[in-house]
Amino acid sequence: MNKFTSHSGIATPMLGDNIDTDQIIPSREMKRVSKVGLADGLFSGQRYLYEGNQKIGANPDFILNQAPYENTSILLSGKNFGCGSSREHAVWALAEYGFKAIIAQSYGEIFFNNALRNGLLPIVLGEAEIAQLAASSSDLTTVTINLRELTVSGNGGSPISFQLETYYQEMLLNGWDFIDLALQFTDQLDDFAKQDRKKRPWAYLSATD
Amino acid sequence: MAQTLYDKIWQDHLVTEQEDGSALLYIDQQLLHEVTSPQAFEGLRLADRSVWRIAGNLATPDHNVPTDPKERETGIAGITDLIARTQVSTLDDNCRAFNIEQYDIHDKRQGIVHVMGPEQGATLPGMTIVCGDSHTSTHGAFAALAQGIGTSEVEHVLASQCLLQRKTKNLAVRISGELGHGVYAKDLVLKIIGELGTAGATGHTIEFMGEAIRNLSMEGRMTVCNMAIEAGARAGLVAFDDVTAAYVKGRPLAPSGELWDQALAYWRTLHSDADAVFDTQHSIDVTNMAPQVSWGTSPEMVVAIDGVVPEPVGAKEEGIRNACTYMDLQPGQKMTSIELDRIFIGSCTNARIEDIRVAAQVAKGRKVASSITQAMVVPGSGLVKAQAEEEGLAQILVDAGFEWRAPGCSMCLAMNADKLQPGEHCASTSNRNFEGRQGHNGRTHLVSPATAAAAAIAGHFVDSREFV
Repeated sequence: MNKFTSHSGIATPMLGDNIDTDQIIPSREMKRVSKVGLADGLFSGQRYLYEGNQKIGANPDFILNQAPYENTSILLSGKNFGCGSSREHAVWALAEYGFKAIIAQSYGEIFFNNALRNGLLPIVLGEAEIAQLAASSSDLTTVTINLRELTVSGNGGSPISFQLETYYQEMLLNGWDFIDLALQFTDQLDDFAKQDRKKRPWAYLSATD
Repeated sequence: MAQTLYDKIWQDHLVTEQEDGSALLYIDQQLLHEVTSPQAFEGLRLADRSVWRIAGNLATPDHNVPTDPKERETGIAGITDLIARTQVSTLDDNCRAFNIEQYDIHDKRQGIVHVMGPEQGATLPGMTIVCGDSHTSTHGAFAALAQGIGTSEVEHVLASQCLLQRKTKNLAVRISGELGHGVYAKDLVLKIIGELGTAGATGHTIEFMGEAIRNLSMEGRMTVCNMAIEAGARAGLVAFDDVTAAYVKGRPLAPSGELWDQALAYWRTLHSDADAVFDTQHSIDVTNMAPQVSWGTSPEMVVAIDGVVPEPVGAKEEGIRNACTYMDLQPGQKMTSIELDRIFIGSCTNARIEDIRVAAQVAKGRKVASSITQAMVVPGSGLVKAQAEEEGLAQILVDAGFEWRAPGCSMCLAMNADKLQPGEHCASTSNRNFEGRQGHNGRTHLVSPATAAAAAIAGHFVDSREFV
């Protein structure tokens, strides 16, 4: 995973609540067996104009098709961002499009986990703070995120603090791999399974036994 | 100290816990399907990692398999959508390469993962279960801690048999009263989500409790737990009882003989202690509750079948207005005035034998209205399909004008050819009515199988209690 220390970029306000992963990437856009090539399907329901089911071009009313947001890298949103389907394709599509961080009031939990595991920083801030960042972004200004200091600042504004579990902060700052971290506990895992197999042998039956 | 059911399962799967609250949780069973697993297997290959416990994984294709019986006849080779074919054959290849058991597209046990797992006894009480699918919460009906995860975590479980997590809070949803005649588990869970809201259970594991839950079949309990995620919960749970034991006993992968007795003694402890403390509580009385139907674009936008589309007022004014525009509905409009274009009976929420029986009960001797473009019934697995055919249910449905399909996720997520056309209204027994979920600009109404079947007959929403 790439290291994340700090980032500055144009923030796009999509301040509605409950932007679900079906909206972020509809199932028809995720017919792939790889993580790449998904950015074209990002927000495709709103991002394109359609005739029936056929895309006929970009939808000029959609914010990502408007200057300066086509060069955005930070998304501002409301409550419960990324709720619904567990599809990690939503995170892969956002990251491939160029997003480095999301700033929202709250998240769907599976999305939050998926984002962290792909180096897409999910930041939680209050409604007023997000509104303040959104106001500054409309002046073609940038938002700056400092992961070491756990701060976000809009153009010229004072830094706003946010919280993130220390271990997630460490993972991202160092670009560590979550699986590598877990496998450091291989001995404990082996011990656990050995004891557990005695306690719950019925849980170790399987189709291949 | 008194424990909740969630506390007990958590404690018995805790490998290690750090001072900051982060923990490694041991996973008993992972279910795999063709859409969220290929990138996980690819990750294993790139990092040159092996599968930690091969027998802890079980796979079947479901999300993108065709449900047209003709298209299914020749298996993978017959799949006309080339990308779907690649996904299904990639699952085949990966399971073969990593020696993981798969019920493939030809296997009569193939089906929606959340129907197949319980049916085979791969889902057992007290287990921790994961799948790269948010509706994994379904398996909580068995007093199992079942969680939907993303593909990175699928890879994590393949490689280490554990997940990095923090413990959630406990939420008790207590249901008092009994469901009336013609009112089902689906109506109950829609009502619960309507009250909790789509983020009402965020950060919690829900335990569904009370007389109405105890009186539900395992199929009904699965329907309720299935939609726990729609309230934002990490998982949903129902305590173990005789109903659970009777369902599990004799399943192919369930223990038998002495192991059964040993398991049963353990499973009898799978309930919250009488004095267990929950962080959050919610109570609902379902006495006199009518069938429920969703009117909007979020599973919390639910009203009774005899209700109306709400007025755009209060804190959710903008959301209601936007949903009315998308759904082409007017505030104050009666639900029974909504005319349907398509009917979908299926999905991990409602594609089990009990659901097909109710649909057939409504359809028997009646005809799908001529105004309905398509009414499809998609059984949850090859075994549900076979049983429904044996019981004569499939014939009743076909005689009434329903299409009888091959098992898969189908129109629930519209990944294959089963989808709505722009602007169409659908009475659907699935779990999500998000914008575009069932097809670009499609309009979904979430209902029970009885309400969906009755709507197919009437051509518009109608109180299904008049039909059963």
